[in-house]
Amino acid sequence: MGAAAEPFLEVEGLEKVFRIRRRAGRLRRERVEVRAVDGLSFTVPRGEMVGFIGPNGAGKSTTVKMLTGILAPSGGRLRVAGLDPSRERVELTRRIGVVFGQRTTLWWDLPLRDSYRLMRRMYRIPAARYRENLDRCTELLDLGPLLTVPVRQLSLGQRMRADIAAALLHDPEVLYLDEPTIGLDVVSKSAVRRFLADLNSERSTTVLLTTHDLGDIEQLCERVLVIDHGRLMYDGALAGLHEVGESERVLVVDLARELPPISGLDGARTLRTEGPRQWLAFPASASAAPLVGRVAAEYPLVDLSVQEPAIEDVIARMYAGRTG
Amino acid sequence: MRLLLLYSTVLRGGFRRYATYRVATVAGVFTNTVFGFILAYTFQALWSERPRLGGYDEAQALTFVWIGQAMLATVALMGGGFEEEFQQRIRTGDVAVDLYRPIDLQLWWLASDLGRAGFHLLGRGVAPMAVGAFAFDLALPSEPSVWAAFAVSVLLAVLVSFAVRYLFALCAFWLLDSHGVSTLSTLLGVFFSGMLLPLTVFPGSFGEAVQQLPWAAMLQVPADVLLGAREGGDVVAGWGFQLGWAAVLFAVGRAVQALAVRRVVVQGG
Repeated sequence: MGAAAEPFLEVEGLEKVFRIRRRAGRLRRERVEVRAVDGLSFTVPRGEMVGFIGPNGAGKSTTVKMLTGILAPSGGRLRVAGLDPSRERVELTRRIGVVFGQRTTLWWDLPLRDSYRLMRRMYRIPAARYRENLDRCTELLDLGPLLTVPVRQLSLGQRMRADIAAALLHDPEVLYLDEPTIGLDVVSKSAVRRFLADLNSERSTTVLLTTHDLGDIEQLCERVLVIDHGRLMYDGALAGLHEVGESERVLVVDLARELPPISGLDGARTLRTEGPRQWLAFPASASAAPLVGRVAAEYPLVDLSVQEPAIEDVIARMYAGRTG
Repeated sequence: MRLLLLYSTVLRGGFRRYATYRVATVAGVFTNTVFGFILAYTFQALWSERPRLGGYDEAQALTFVWIGQAMLATVALMGGGFEEEFQQRIRTGDVAVDLYRPIDLQLWWLASDLGRAGFHLLGRGVAPMAVGAFAFDLALPSEPSVWAAFAVSVLLAVLVSFAVRYLFALCAFWLLDSHGVSTLSTLLGVFFSGMLLPLTVFPGSFGEAVQQLPWAAMLQVPADVLLGAREGGDVVAGWGFQLGWAAVLFAVGRAVQALAVRRVVVQGG
């Protein structure tokens, strides 16, 4: 289909400058310009799931706010589904879904079902469609027993799932997710990820995912956009990001007894030891299996775990590599 | 039509949210009743010294007290309406989520507050008034038409009260701590509505001035309608006064909101 190549999100030379007044003495104040987004360009085709990452204050949420139309850009061009977000905000709100991990849109004191009925009115969802979508979300996000429970009584994981359902009842064409798995336990995390993956493949909903959790990105996104200081630092696959950043994973091994630092293993170096426990760094792009095999063969291995690199570290290293 | 359906859902939600907290309602009724007694005895002392003070006889003055207690929660004279939640959402940045919805922020909160006021009128208004009528000789009208005129005036009072509180709540966009503003709002509300003393009691030009302020629309006007101090054309004039303030303050609220929304991002999130 020719439409597949048509970009759904179009961002070209996007800028946002804030003028902030700062104290510069007892009475005097000076105006300071902060360039939160500084010449950002990218496009996302319909149905793609993109990870949007960067350190705190990199300009991610400012960009999302411009994409959703609640903030007008200072410069550049912006189109979402062919609409100009800040000019056609209300029209756009009917076609987008937004989930903020740390914020809720649900009615705190009332049963969950009431909030969903409200969504139905708000987005004017036809009855049959509403029922179908609600049933689907209820089943896949396991909300059945929660519908009659007041929102304030839900656990964090339950509330997050409930919020995700609330954002999807009106069949949005694009879903913005901000830290959708923050604070969730392993079971809830994997339920949310599975649901999002299904949503993307079955309904071809375009998804822009902002997160600090590398696991989210790894399991959901083929493409990653890294931004820092309001600029695009990287656009491509996650694996490539590791290469660019030369990031390392860490193998933590518990040996039967305290031993001198493990050495002589190709591609791995011992970071530190603490009693019988040792930390071995190896390239993130390499498989852990051969390394584990060799340690197990040569040392009295009791237990092990692998630590993924934090996204901030990867980005920091990448940044250092570019400028340094 | 569909918009009406949305906002009536919000309104019903507002009603039911407050209906959830039964213990709080009972505690509120108790407080209103106790205050009613304190004020009623004070007014009795005052009016026996100065009969016809403010143009009311003693029965009317006592009725004024109990109207005030019955309407205190409904028009949220001492706070306790939507504004606390709204300020909280502004402070935490949650208000950004509300802006992603295809709704009108002001109408949304209005609908929610009307639902709350409806619940408070029934849950917090009827009982203190009944206790007051049982314990004192009140000058309550028997004509249904006066009660109907009063009901209209109460609705308009809630609109004005909402518009004032909306403006105060919007201050949260500029002030990180809006407790001071809330306290100021409560003080102004309690004094200038006639809650402490009917506004007609105040002498001279001050007395005339306070009756022209928006707070007069929240208690003084509806109370005068029920007491029969306003009749015929005066009732309509009272409604007009309330409606006028509601319209002006709504418009100002919208303008301030437009300014405030531009600040959302500065608070982060």
